[in-house]
Amino acid sequence: MSWWPVLALCGAAYALKVLGLAIGERLDRETSERWSLEIVVVPVLAALIVVQTFSSGHRFVLDARTPALLVAAVLVWRKAPFVVVAFAAAATAALLRLVA
Amino acid sequence: MASNDPILRNALSIGLATAVYAVSFGVLSVAAGFSIAQTCVMSVACFTGASQLTFVSVVGAGGGVAGALAPALLLAGRNALYALSLKGILSGTAPKRALRAQVVVDETTAMAHAQPTLAARRRAFDLTALCLFTAWNIGTLVGAIAGRGLGDPRDYGLDAVFPAVFLALLVPQLRGPDATRAAVAGALIALALLPITPAGVPIIASALAAVPLLLASSRRRARVRMGQAPEAGR
Repeated sequence: MSWWPVLALCGAAYALKVLGLAIGERLDRETSERWSLEIVVVPVLAALIVVQTFSSGHRFVLDARTPALLVAAVLVWRKAPFVVVAFAAAATAALLRLVA
Repeated sequence: MASNDPILRNALSIGLATAVYAVSFGVLSVAAGFSIAQTCVMSVACFTGASQLTFVSVVGAGGGVAGALAPALLLAGRNALYALSLKGILSGTAPKRALRAQVVVDETTAMAHAQPTLAARRRAFDLTALCLFTAWNIGTLVGAIAGRGLGDPRDYGLDAVFPAVFLALLVPQLRGPDATRAAVAGALIALALLPITPAGVPIIASALAAVPLLLASSRRRARVRMGQAPEAGR
């Protein structure tokens, strides 16, 4: 396998990160202290959660990850420690797959 | 030590789950025809998990290198949005900022923004980056050399850990109904685009849900500025 695609991916991945940082430094002067650019992360993380939970390729799927996320949601709501949330989600999905 | 330091403890648990995925990446990458050195360079220099996994999977499935780059870069595109949001948290001298830019990914961003103070945000970003970078690269090396994984991460339910962890990190960021609406709108945009756009696009496009809030706040600020102008002139 040649090196160029590896290096192209690495260079482009880093360039994207630096580009975002540079744009952020420009734009943040334009926004208020109440909603600065950090608010962008809120919808993006919400999207990441649903894509990681409900997708398989391009398909919408309901599988063991769905109840795992529900369990996690209840624990987050009950203010359970982070590690407990992570472990409970893994255990739920793993057990459901074992039984299935 | 870690027991009374929640940021360190959380960073370590994210690192642990990531390590298993890193082993899978190492195995997949070598199986797809990349050398051990190429596999490790990817993990150090690309350092963006979903993108690397997609890249080697497409190559491994015979999709060709050019065909693999496009989806990998679409998946890496969200790191630009994260970097955009981390201004002020990615502090330090230019070399330090350049180094921190490299570790802007899902986990570091989510951990940083979930903290209440600027100092805690910077610490959470750095500690998560340290744990994640170490775990991702050691895991990659182990997988690439062993050529054989610890089994499918899904058998341990690890694919369910990441959405659960991101939910736990998102909730503290829902400060007020506007933020909650933006989160719901972002999730709906992603679900709507999932079946019809290339991977990566649904997540990037969800950022549009924040635009109304940003516009409203810049209008508010413009009003404040106009209101203050006469006083400043006096």
